[in-house]
Amino acid sequence: MEELKFVGKSLPRIDSKEKLTGAAQYVDDLEFGPNLLYAEIVESTEAFARVTKVDTSEAEKITGVVKVITGKDFPYKFGLYMKDRFILAQDVVRFVGEQVAAVIARDPKIARRAAKLVKVEYEPFTPVFDQMEAIKKDPILIHPDLGEYPHVPWFYPKAGTNIAHWKKVRVGDMEKGFEEADVIVEDTYFVPRYAHCCMETHNAVGLLDYSGRLTVWSSSQSPHTQRNLFAEALSPLGFTHKDVRVITPYIGGGFGGKAGVTMEILAAAFATKVKGNPVKVRWTRAQEFYNTYMRQAVVSKLKLGAKKDGTIVAFEGTNYWDAGPYVEYGANVVNASGISAAGPYRIPNVKIDSLCIYTNLPAAGPYRGFGYSEMMFGVESQMERMAKKLGMNSVEFRKKNAFKGGDILVYGAPINDNGYNECIDKVAQAIDFGKKEVSDDPNKVIGKGIAAAWKGPAMPPNASSAAFIKFSEDGSINILVSGIDMGQGYLTVMAQIAAEILTVPLDKIRTENPDTDRNPYEWQTVASHVTWSCGNAVKRAAMNAREQIFDTVHAAYLFDKSTLYLEDECVKCTLKPDFALPLKDFVIDGIMVKDGTFRGGPIMGKGMFMPEFSSTKGDPETGIGGKPNVHYTVGAGGVVIEIDKETGKVKVLKTAQAYDIGKAINPSLVEGQVYGGFMQGLATALFEDMRFGEDGSILNPNFTDYKIPTALDIPDEMIPIIVEVPQNDGPYGARGVGEHVMIPVMPSIANAVEDALGIRIKSMPITAEKIALAIKAGLKEVD
Amino acid sequence: MKKTITLTINGELRSVDVEPNDILIYVLRDKLGVKSPKIGCERGDCGTCTILLNGEPVRSCLILAIEMDGQEITTVEGLSEDGLTPLQEKFVEHNSFQCGFCAPGMTLTATKFLEKNPHPTREEVQEAIAGNLCRCTGYKQIIEAILDVSNKLN
Repeated sequence: MEELKFVGKSLPRIDSKEKLTGAAQYVDDLEFGPNLLYAEIVESTEAFARVTKVDTSEAEKITGVVKVITGKDFPYKFGLYMKDRFILAQDVVRFVGEQVAAVIARDPKIARRAAKLVKVEYEPFTPVFDQMEAIKKDPILIHPDLGEYPHVPWFYPKAGTNIAHWKKVRVGDMEKGFEEADVIVEDTYFVPRYAHCCMETHNAVGLLDYSGRLTVWSSSQSPHTQRNLFAEALSPLGFTHKDVRVITPYIGGGFGGKAGVTMEILAAAFATKVKGNPVKVRWTRAQEFYNTYMRQAVVSKLKLGAKKDGTIVAFEGTNYWDAGPYVEYGANVVNASGISAAGPYRIPNVKIDSLCIYTNLPAAGPYRGFGYSEMMFGVESQMERMAKKLGMNSVEFRKKNAFKGGDILVYGAPINDNGYNECIDKVAQAIDFGKKEVSDDPNKVIGKGIAAAWKGPAMPPNASSAAFIKFSEDGSINILVSGIDMGQGYLTVMAQIAAEILTVPLDKIRTENPDTDRNPYEWQTVASHVTWSCGNAVKRAAMNAREQIFDTVHAAYLFDKSTLYLEDECVKCTLKPDFALPLKDFVIDGIMVKDGTFRGGPIMGKGMFMPEFSSTKGDPETGIGGKPNVHYTVGAGGVVIEIDKETGKVKVLKTAQAYDIGKAINPSLVEGQVYGGFMQGLATALFEDMRFGEDGSILNPNFTDYKIPTALDIPDEMIPIIVEVPQNDGPYGARGVGEHVMIPVMPSIANAVEDALGIRIKSMPITAEKIALAIKAGLKEVD
Repeated sequence: MKKTITLTINGELRSVDVEPNDILIYVLRDKLGVKSPKIGCERGDCGTCTILLNGEPVRSCLILAIEMDGQEITTVEGLSEDGLTPLQEKFVEHNSFQCGFCAPGMTLTATKFLEKNPHPTREEVQEAIAGNLCRCTGYKQIIEAILDVSNKLN
């Protein structure tokens, strides 16, 4: 195999210098001049109510208030997968915090003061905060018009209920499957809501200029999708796509929270009311908790059947998702994870029901792992329990049943080649799984746990990426793409891929942040798919540029193109050892020939990638048919934990995480994903604990009371392990890994707690309090 | 009632009009154009707004601007006159940061810490940066860079 010079190397990020010197600009750092306006939102104090009156008269009297806006100004729906929400609430509010009105003022303090003077009167309904309540017989309907909402063809809403989408998977014969089983394990698991907690809160600035162009600067994972949804939602005002431009500079974290459209539509809409003035909407930390689609909660009822020899014969599961009152994005979390909710296992008889249920808690949606982080807690806890009942080593049990390349998935298509067994073996070895360890402190016990991860990108079958590559006079490159580097290292990875083809070193490459006017299309930076998808587009753009380079050299020198190659920023020829033409000599100006005329011109590579083999055409009753997932990334995580028996406090001493990512374009960045994703998972397992009041408000929407990890919480040892079974349609064989690293953490810690204490905890988070109380009460299981 | 204050920012003497209730972070960002201190929580929890006040790391979201008359403030813009500091170079080498939003505050905290304690243990580093939250990195590559620069100082 050809030796790679840039791909596969742990090169420094190309954006580090900007980020370390303060040069990197985030939306809130951009200057908009003295005309900048500030919007303050009036939020619902009711979880479910009719809005009977919005009185803006007092607010309008305040000097400095430019405009007060209510729902009546924008009676337009929007949504990515299902159009079920309005820009501002119309007649009904459905959660505490929902946007009802807005005050736009010259000064943020004035906006804040005036917003308090907007009087909203409500006629409350009885809210429903629990998804299991919401699906009882004759429920109060949160969306009586559900049957009329437009949605993508792969959603199945149940009109007249609170079920926004019901995804079904049916394979084999369940009765026969469980009859064949020697052991059946049946349990219910609960995973609550969590918040993304990007360090940068959501913020956006909208400007409708006097010519009628609408520009939105947003902290977003999805600039092109935002442009599309803004243009769609605001089309009644006469906007078309060419009138709308979205610019996304650096963003301060995403984790799914900045996917699709949430608050950014406010900036777009408000701008239309204050022509000529940019208007800024910036979430406070509390608003960030309420209004950015936190993670959905799920109740998983699972039944697993296996034979004595460890062969899994049947899996039956129902996942009840609490999605909040708007599921325009969240329903696809339910859908995507529903396809894979039996885990990475070859099981002949499978029945899965995934219900996306409306409730009156804040709207929920995508979060790193996209449903898999949530539902795999139950699945991998269940696998551990089954292995124990069978008296098998749980690693051997998992390996015996794991999907191998070519095995048929529940929807009927084969899974890609993968290194699952290698991953779990390496993790088991790294933590010496199965070997009991004893703490020096008699008050402490040590346990080990392991869990599998798998996930396919959740995306429409035709989600695509595009790239331009342009040269400058000195042979340096700008790569124009519209993916987002929310921290994962995308800009650097795209540069490494282009560098590999064009032999231009990284210090001569810039990958540009998106501007929908300038950079070509990218669906969204979600689903851990941009390294794969946009990486393919960039590779093709680089190859296209290389082709143009060879065309130019051929036109000038008449060398056969098949004899040309690139090396060290020069064009070389296999037949002429002395020929080495530097790229900088001709990539803009072309090459002069004998008569003084020129050949060639500016080199501009273009490339795009759209999977042409994916399809969501499955049977609604069985889920069989189509190929909804382009591939799966698999892996495993293991932990060694120490528990203080008196306080119940868990300390993770060590973790090993192995993922088969096909090819690590930049191993150091992959390791960064593993460390960060593990810590995000650890916090959801041990201490992030969102609490709601009886009125549906969040009791701890801040970092004082909702604890995210500090540097003191990290394990003594974190071991990332990279496995590389190539993805045949990925750039240099690469697949994504960003989300996967979070998926095995919760179950591996729960499995370790059982290993240490003999206590099976079936709900998250496993707080010190929960463990201490269980020890004290002598419980073996905690719901 | 506006008052004019004069303070040194990254080595330059500057004047600015402030209201008595103006918070320092907004004055730095909106009136003085110093954008590296970031707004993360506005209540002292996260550390993204960290600045050096007379050489000590503090949270600029918890300080009234009017108290800054005659004081000296340093942000990452003023850390090095040319290029990167040895600590920043180690951060680059270790790919320490991801989204970068916490990087200015973390860099200032770590810079001051290494001044006081040039050869820390891993635990001391963890303790020192525990007030600067980072959601992306899991801290490991940040800690390793800080330890690495301190080894170099050896």
